[in-house]
Amino acid sequence: MAGKEWPLWEVFIRSKQGLNHKHVGSIHAADAEMAVENARDVYTRRSEGISIWVVESSQVFASDPADSDALFEPANSKIYRHPTFYEVPDGVGHM
Amino acid sequence: MKNNLFTYTLRIADDSLILGQRLSEWCGHGPIIEEDIALTNIALDLIGQATSLLEYAAVAENKGRSADDLAFLRFENQYFNTQLVEQKNGDFAVTIVRQWIFDTFRLPFYEALQHSSDKQLAAIAEKSLKETKYHWKHSSEWIIRMGDGTEESNKRVNDALILLWKFSDELFYMDDVDKELISQGIAVDLETLRPAFNERIHYVLQQATLQLPDSKWKLSGGRQGRHTEHFGHLIAEMQYMQRAYPNMEW
Repeated sequence: MAGKEWPLWEVFIRSKQGLNHKHVGSIHAADAEMAVENARDVYTRRSEGISIWVVESSQVFASDPADSDALFEPANSKIYRHPTFYEVPDGVGHM
Repeated sequence: MKNNLFTYTLRIADDSLILGQRLSEWCGHGPIIEEDIALTNIALDLIGQATSLLEYAAVAENKGRSADDLAFLRFENQYFNTQLVEQKNGDFAVTIVRQWIFDTFRLPFYEALQHSSDKQLAAIAEKSLKETKYHWKHSSEWIIRMGDGTEESNKRVNDALILLWKFSDELFYMDDVDKELISQGIAVDLETLRPAFNERIHYVLQQATLQLPDSKWKLSGGRQGRHTEHFGHLIAEMQYMQRAYPNMEW
């Protein structure tokens, strides 16, 4: 390890069966095992989850905020992509 | 009159209570915030176990004392925890080695106590076992990390082993209280736990590139109420509120 600081890890928690893992925050840890334990201690003390993923933050490649115009704005004018123009038949339950 | 169930339950309770109190001293002082939370989580688990056990001890005693009375209003020589758990936190390595020796004992102990003919003790053991599995994983991984880490961390964890290993044998202390209750299927015969204990100790030490100290010196006395010099300070702090403001609640 280069510096004195332990690497940062991003933490994802699945709150219950059937739901997806959601990003909840980050922690420091020296290795993956420690990262899972620290995440458990910091983010699941009040029964928030049933599964934990950790990813070293340096492994996350993020979009550049400077590109956000090009990346996201074009979608704003394309409301037809939202499925709001359909009638949902009565027989269909919760969608 | 002798009350074996009371004494037996109190001994288990005091190990949890005193180690929980010691660990809670780390609150706000952990080496990093994540570990600070981990240590205090474990402290809370232990104090939770102590609460269940002391409540049951109070019932077994049947003299009108509550769990709080037992926790906060006994004198030094009326606590029956092993001397291991009262040892000072020292540096992080000392805290972890103390915890690891204790967890390695508690794991097979609770596994066995789950099958006690005493339903209440069995239930407490079953609940506590899940917590203890995590405590053991946490402390074992730290032993390996430090032992197989840097020259400095290896030295510190080795020094801590030399300091604390002599207290480990007292965890297996048994007397007439145990023998009586073993015959009724209530207590655990601690001798039967030694193979599992030794196996786990060696498994972790091997990965940590560490060895047990050569010395065969063993210390004991806690189960009879004889404690080491730091214990008085610990209970003085733990009991302060109840001594200063008798019967206070919050």
